[in-house]
Amino acid sequence: MIDNRDALQKAAEQAKQEIASYDCRILVCSGTGCIATGSQKIYDEFMKIAGDTPGIVIDFKPHDEGKHVGVKKTGCQGVCELGPLVRIQKGDKTVQYTKVQISDCQEIFDRSVIGKDIVERLLYKQKGVSYKSPEEIPFIAKQTRLVLENCGKFDAESFDEYLAGGGFTAFQKALFDMTPDEVVDAVDKSGLRGRGGGGFPAGRKWKQVARQPEKERYVVCNGDEGDPGAFMDGSVMEGDPYKLIEGMMIAGYAVGSANGYIYVRAEYPMSVARLRHAIKELEDRNMLGDNILGTEFSFHMHINRGAGAFVCGEGSALTASIEGNRGMPRVKPPRTVEKGLWAKPTVLNNVETYANVPKIILNGPDWYRSIGTEGTPGTKTFSLTGSIENTGLIEVPMGTTLREIIFDIGGGLKDGGTFKAVQIGGPSGGCLTEEHLDVPLDFESIKKYGAIVGSGGLVVMDDHTCMVEVARFFMSFTQRESCGKCVPCREGTKRMLEILEKIVNGNGELEDLDKLEELATMVKSMALCGLGKSAPLPVLSTLRYFKDEYIEHITDKKCKAKVCSAMRRFVINPEYCKGCGKCAKNCPVGAITGVRKECYHIDPNICIKCEACMDGCAFDAIYVES
Amino acid sequence: MLDQTFYQKADEIIAFYGKKPASLIPIMQDIQGVYRYLPGELLTYVAAQIGITEAKAYSVATFYENFSFEPKGKYIIKVCDGTACHVRKSAPILEAFQKELGLSAKKHTTDDMMFTVETVSCLGACGLAPTVMVNEDVHPKMTPEKVLELISELRGENK
Repeated sequence: MIDNRDALQKAAEQAKQEIASYDCRILVCSGTGCIATGSQKIYDEFMKIAGDTPGIVIDFKPHDEGKHVGVKKTGCQGVCELGPLVRIQKGDKTVQYTKVQISDCQEIFDRSVIGKDIVERLLYKQKGVSYKSPEEIPFIAKQTRLVLENCGKFDAESFDEYLAGGGFTAFQKALFDMTPDEVVDAVDKSGLRGRGGGGFPAGRKWKQVARQPEKERYVVCNGDEGDPGAFMDGSVMEGDPYKLIEGMMIAGYAVGSANGYIYVRAEYPMSVARLRHAIKELEDRNMLGDNILGTEFSFHMHINRGAGAFVCGEGSALTASIEGNRGMPRVKPPRTVEKGLWAKPTVLNNVETYANVPKIILNGPDWYRSIGTEGTPGTKTFSLTGSIENTGLIEVPMGTTLREIIFDIGGGLKDGGTFKAVQIGGPSGGCLTEEHLDVPLDFESIKKYGAIVGSGGLVVMDDHTCMVEVARFFMSFTQRESCGKCVPCREGTKRMLEILEKIVNGNGELEDLDKLEELATMVKSMALCGLGKSAPLPVLSTLRYFKDEYIEHITDKKCKAKVCSAMRRFVINPEYCKGCGKCAKNCPVGAITGVRKECYHIDPNICIKCEACMDGCAFDAIYVES
Repeated sequence: MLDQTFYQKADEIIAFYGKKPASLIPIMQDIQGVYRYLPGELLTYVAAQIGITEAKAYSVATFYENFSFEPKGKYIIKVCDGTACHVRKSAPILEAFQKELGLSAKKHTTDDMMFTVETVSCLGACGLAPTVMVNEDVHPKMTPEKVLELISELRGENK
């Protein structure tokens, strides 16, 4: 039971001692990515080995003689592609292992946990160099981890570990040493801007809510990270749920709210589970509920699960969904700060925004302003995916260039491919090209080029990606997810999708491009909500930077990237063809003819491009000509 | 007519979330969690219990993609077609599932009620694209060959 400041400080002190008492900590990454590659089994195996080894103590007891080893499930350690990831930490020395299999566990335990050896073959390697500690790995060394500081270091399911890492010191400071107005002021002065995409100053929002005459107020967290290709917020919720909750508690204190809601996407079951666990633990210890730490401040946390509607990432749709309604945006004003959840003043920020708050309170606004750019202080998390060497979760100061992110941190294109474009900001964002690689990323700078930082999904594309197809892909997503309330978005996205489909199917006409641009501009200016307004951005930005590709699809019926199946021509290479006739047998439409033991021939007019011939050929004799 | 146990289960779930309009979505989620679909009669019952009209309950249920009035299979397979998975070729993964299980864009569930195949916009494991989620487990770096392995593994669990 923690019911006053003293008790909290004592609990933190004890938690710190307990952590310091470990001779060795085995940190098993338990982010969604590593769980998918089997890290739960690795965790179980280490628990079993540690439990079976004489002289090893897993549960801490003071004055115990044995060697104290902790096996912990941490948040995302970053390099998801090389999972399952395991770190062996002894004091301030940590070794990072990658692609750990169950059969490796005993060896790691014997050599690295008990012994002082390193299992060389499991180390992270890049361009022939092996790296021991995670801090040395270029992918991690070039990052600035504030929001993600605890991910990979502490148990994501333990309040005590969060305390040991300095958790809740910011909340304490706010609650006991600052007035609510001072907290709002600190956030305002820090220049923290909403990380959900819009970049609206968080402090201004808080200030507006704090001065509403209505006293019943709400703090809502948008964890409906719907952008395909983005998983930063999910990683924070599952990797450091306490930090998010602490941020929301500080917001609750600052604006005088007693209730916080987190709206989590349905596709993140692990985030829901970890948040529920954290809330339960905090409630059990009186850190959530009535009269927290013996003060007047009461705060209750609630979790709402999304139900598969992308539009619920929009503020007014999200609050409608919490209220039990269809998640449709409404006309603004009144804005959420005046009439949000249940028509009461509401602070609505996303996960990353709240997760930034504790550090700002603790270290002050000036410290925060020293990171990032003048207009957008602080860091930004990005999920780095697509055709890139190191995929994963990163955090860098605002103002970092795409070149640094893609080439220094991401290690360049996968398999030495050629960079073509990077899609930023998800379906509401745009594509940037080679010429934009040196633009410092912040909310203002890239708007000029028709893209947005958005929530932070970065999908890198190489020259095997067809930009027209990418535009069609995003449009089919937004068209499907359009809630249907306003005409420009409902009809506009549908018509744009039809045009794009016509082009990728090889039936495009040149005037389609003008129509497409006209529609896109119209939807952008007329749609009701932010999602509708930004839906045409992928089309507009590909039209701006890759118009030649559109034209090629229309006039030459050619797809350079060999992606658009309607434009692919399947050909049999006479050098490899043995004339076995298997392809002719496999062809569902009888497009392949020939004589046994001689080279067969595909009739392009009959071919439906199903690839059955190619898949079945034992001699790799069939290739795509474009 | 639904079996009486359905109503008992619904009552338990309603009691947990409270008889108020705002409980509609979590109640429907839990009912679907138990039965793998949302029986229409039960939704009518829930609406009356929490004090909203039947029309309202249906309007909400049909708005969200996750709710289904059709029974789903024991294994709900969600093939991710998010951007990262899409550029790393998720389309052949979906095709492989559909082909192997005799399903299509129109028919999502096998006749033996074992498998339902759908797409999802992002599972948040983009670093391991292309991915597939079976119930709540994410399977990384899928290939059409691994699809066949996965199906036979799941079928094996039920022998």
